[in-house]
Amino acid sequence: MLAFLLTRTFRALITIILVVTFAFVVLRMSGDPAQIIMGPDAPPEAIAAFRTNWGLDDPIWQQYLRYFGAIMRGDLGVSMRDGQSAIQLVAERIPATLQLTIPALILKLALGIPAGIYAALHRNSLIDRMVMAGAIAGFTMPSFVLGLILVLIFSVTLGWLPSGGQDSWAHAILPILTMSIGGAGILARFSRSAMIEVLGQPYIRTASAKGVAWARVVRGHALPNAAIPVVTIVGFMVGSLVAGAVVVESVFSWPGVGRLLVVAVSNRDLAVVQCILLLVAATMVASNFAVDLLYGFLDPRLRNNQAKA
Amino acid sequence: MNSAFLAAENLVKTYTSRRGPFSTATAVRAVDRVSLSLARATTLGIVGESGSGKSTTGRLVLGLEQPTEGTVSFDGNRMPQEKTNEWRGLRARMQLVYQDPLAALDRRLTVGVQIGEPLQIHAMGSAEERKARVAELMKAVGLRADQAERYPHELSGGQRQRVVIARAIACNPELLVCDEAVSALDVSIQAQVVNLLRDLQEERGIAMIFISHDLKVVRNISDRVAVMYLGRIVEEASSDEIFRRPLHPYTQALVSSVPVAGTALKQRIILQGEPPNPAARPTGCAFHPRCRHAIARCRSETPELLSIETGRSVACHLMGSAPITEASGRTM
Amino acid sequence: MPLVDIRDLKVAFDGVQVLHGIDLTIEKGEAVGLVGESGCGKSVTWLAALGLLPKKAAISGHVMLGKDDLVIASQRHLESIRGRRIAMIFQDPSSSLNPVIRVGRQIEEAVRLHRGLTGQAARAEARRLLELVEMPDAGRRLDNYPHEFSGGQNQRAMIAMALAGNPDLLIADEPTTALDATIQAQILDLLARLRAETGMAVVFISHDLGAVSEICERVCVMYAGRIVEQCPTAALFRSPRHPYTRGLFGAIPRLDGGRERLTPVEGTVPQPGMLPKGCAFSPRCGHITDECLTSPPVLSKLEGHRAVACFHPVSDEASAHSSKKSAKVRSELELI
Repeated sequence: MLAFLLTRTFRALITIILVVTFAFVVLRMSGDPAQIIMGPDAPPEAIAAFRTNWGLDDPIWQQYLRYFGAIMRGDLGVSMRDGQSAIQLVAERIPATLQLTIPALILKLALGIPAGIYAALHRNSLIDRMVMAGAIAGFTMPSFVLGLILVLIFSVTLGWLPSGGQDSWAHAILPILTMSIGGAGILARFSRSAMIEVLGQPYIRTASAKGVAWARVVRGHALPNAAIPVVTIVGFMVGSLVAGAVVVESVFSWPGVGRLLVVAVSNRDLAVVQCILLLVAATMVASNFAVDLLYGFLDPRLRNNQAKA
Repeated sequence: MNSAFLAAENLVKTYTSRRGPFSTATAVRAVDRVSLSLARATTLGIVGESGSGKSTTGRLVLGLEQPTEGTVSFDGNRMPQEKTNEWRGLRARMQLVYQDPLAALDRRLTVGVQIGEPLQIHAMGSAEERKARVAELMKAVGLRADQAERYPHELSGGQRQRVVIARAIACNPELLVCDEAVSALDVSIQAQVVNLLRDLQEERGIAMIFISHDLKVVRNISDRVAVMYLGRIVEEASSDEIFRRPLHPYTQALVSSVPVAGTALKQRIILQGEPPNPAARPTGCAFHPRCRHAIARCRSETPELLSIETGRSVACHLMGSAPITEASGRTM
Repeated sequence: MPLVDIRDLKVAFDGVQVLHGIDLTIEKGEAVGLVGESGCGKSVTWLAALGLLPKKAAISGHVMLGKDDLVIASQRHLESIRGRRIAMIFQDPSSSLNPVIRVGRQIEEAVRLHRGLTGQAARAEARRLLELVEMPDAGRRLDNYPHEFSGGQNQRAMIAMALAGNPDLLIADEPTTALDATIQAQILDLLARLRAETGMAVVFISHDLGAVSEICERVCVMYAGRIVEQCPTAALFRSPRHPYTRGLFGAIPRLDGGRERLTPVEGTVPQPGMLPKGCAFSPRCGHITDECLTSPPVLSKLEGHRAVACFHPVSDEASAHSSKKSAKVRSELELI
């Protein structure tokens, strides 16, 4: 088990290093931060001063090492724009994002998994076909389109709900719906196929043959096995809790981490972008780790490998 | 031995299995000092249970895997290094047929194309000649010429195995290794394919290694039979002899375990315990934990495969001192 | 009154008929073999009887268990019969046990259902059952998962589970096919012993005539969804009457005698839904007449508890004297 933990931690560190490097390379290749932050009309002297100030004149590898060293010390820098601490800027936005993503995750699970299981149990029935058609429509539709459609219906036409902002709980309903529908569709499809696969296994027939009632066969024998592949998807969704709302936050002008990221990228505000990316990487890695532990809990065949690894 | 068409001397194949990056590797001996020889136009059967190393032995003599120790010689020459031009040249002369024909065939190509593929790879004949040859091959394995246009999934299991065999003999191989080639087939179809293999051998003088867990089929098709247990040959004799008078206690149990119509259960030797795990090989004779005749020496000393009479070798300590008679083997 | 009486059982999947009217009775305590090649319907017969086929299967006919007709029985009623009156074990023991549940718990589940035992009592009973099937170190192995068992041990666990309800009938569907030769012998031996001790009837489904003959008194040979021959085991091996049965004997290589060419049954089994109009075996049969091509023969009684579905059954004399093979069958029977 210790070896397993060590391996996992090692892999997590590598992932985070790669993410940090990637962020640095992409942001530096796509434009000069000084030029963008100071604006097109800034006098050349001001831009030069900004460069010297932020070390942008040094060779690129020196900048990278400095940047990397700072991260190692836990110093994520300050925003190039207003000098505020990047961590603080990001941390302030997290609650707003979670206000959307956590209810959305719950909704995805509550809708998607039961729908998928029901469809699998009534395969090829009318309801199965309806669930699957809905699921496909749900996850193929881009969320900005879905968001706009919902706004059109519930805000513009019916006038029931506000179309943007963060003033009350009512403001959160449309963004949450927009985010949930695609994920619920994905989960429905996954749970359905996992369940169909499991229901075809010989051990399901064994359980029936020994006289276990069908409802118990489903609950006691099929679900624990079908949960294994579904956990992967849920883990991915948990991993994107912090930063999975970029599009929706923009559509509904919700002041969360996602919108901060959009603004920071367009400003080449390196410190803020990298801080968000680190946060995303860390949550992804953490949820992956949780998924792996959960696998071991759900599947004894993997548990042995973990213990021996 | 060296005059044999195919000869393997002291083959050893060790696999290292590693559970994770921080654990130490353990070596598993899948094949342990196996020697065998085969003349043209004859068949050697290899029988054994799972983990006996019979399939690995087949792949080693074909040069598809490199032995950790020991040598293979084919037609008087040593097996060339893997992936060299000489090695590739030998591929046309030796072929492998294994259990699952559906896995061996490409489902997107017609069977005619697939049978002709080896001819194409080894650049044999013009396109016209190859087409004629495919028709000839299909006839040889009992397929109709019009079936060349079919796809694998449109054929039955027996027909697919015929396609695989037709492809294997396309380049007139001199050696054919069949690894459980008929095991997945129903009896009535199995007999068709076994007969086909026997006819092909008779017509073309192919040397054959027939690996199977099915003792009845092995007996029918083989001239000589080697019995493997945990990577070693424990007994080798002519097919008639080994089944009529098995000498090694394991061979006796194996032969006795074959259900024969009309043989009552109580006459059979029923081995206790499981087929052993190659990763946890018992000391001494690997068979001793399951052997009814085991003596102290069996626990400590590994018996060598010794020739005990003309054309017959057994690896058992009891062979020297007190011979295991058939009677004592049947007392249960 | 027989234990189970199957009358004119028919099964179709998506309109394709795979079982064409099976008539079969199982007496109390009897061991009956069901032999045939893949797709002949030997497993489907019993999966249909127990209601274990997928919903798309259309089933007709009767499966009488005492006064109950299982074909029309409710789901709930069937559930009370499965495992308690009729238990079933399957071909691939390693995938027939639930991979995420401890073997002990899977056996306990059956014990709880059929004996009403819970907690420590159920566990003790599960342990006793594992010991009954000769599982080494049974007490400790209750807490293992199926992947920690070998194939043979998993099949023992399956048998232990099947015994939990003290069934009157055990359906063993190719229980040894996936196992190594020496383990096959162990499992066959175990089944024979358990049957002797418990007095339960056994239906042994297999493609292996040899294995069937070792534990069954009576054998039914199936071909393309029908029983084509039914006979006490010894008589079947002495003189098979159906051309297909004879064909099977010729196709099986032997462990004694000469090693001459096998006599295969030429051709292949017809696909369900593409059966010939008359006898399903007619395209592969050597002695057909017009009659064989017009309508399928019904299973009709012959002498000595035998029945055969053939217009021209091979006569006793012919099958005993005509070929070297049958001579060998006889010499083999002298060994018994």
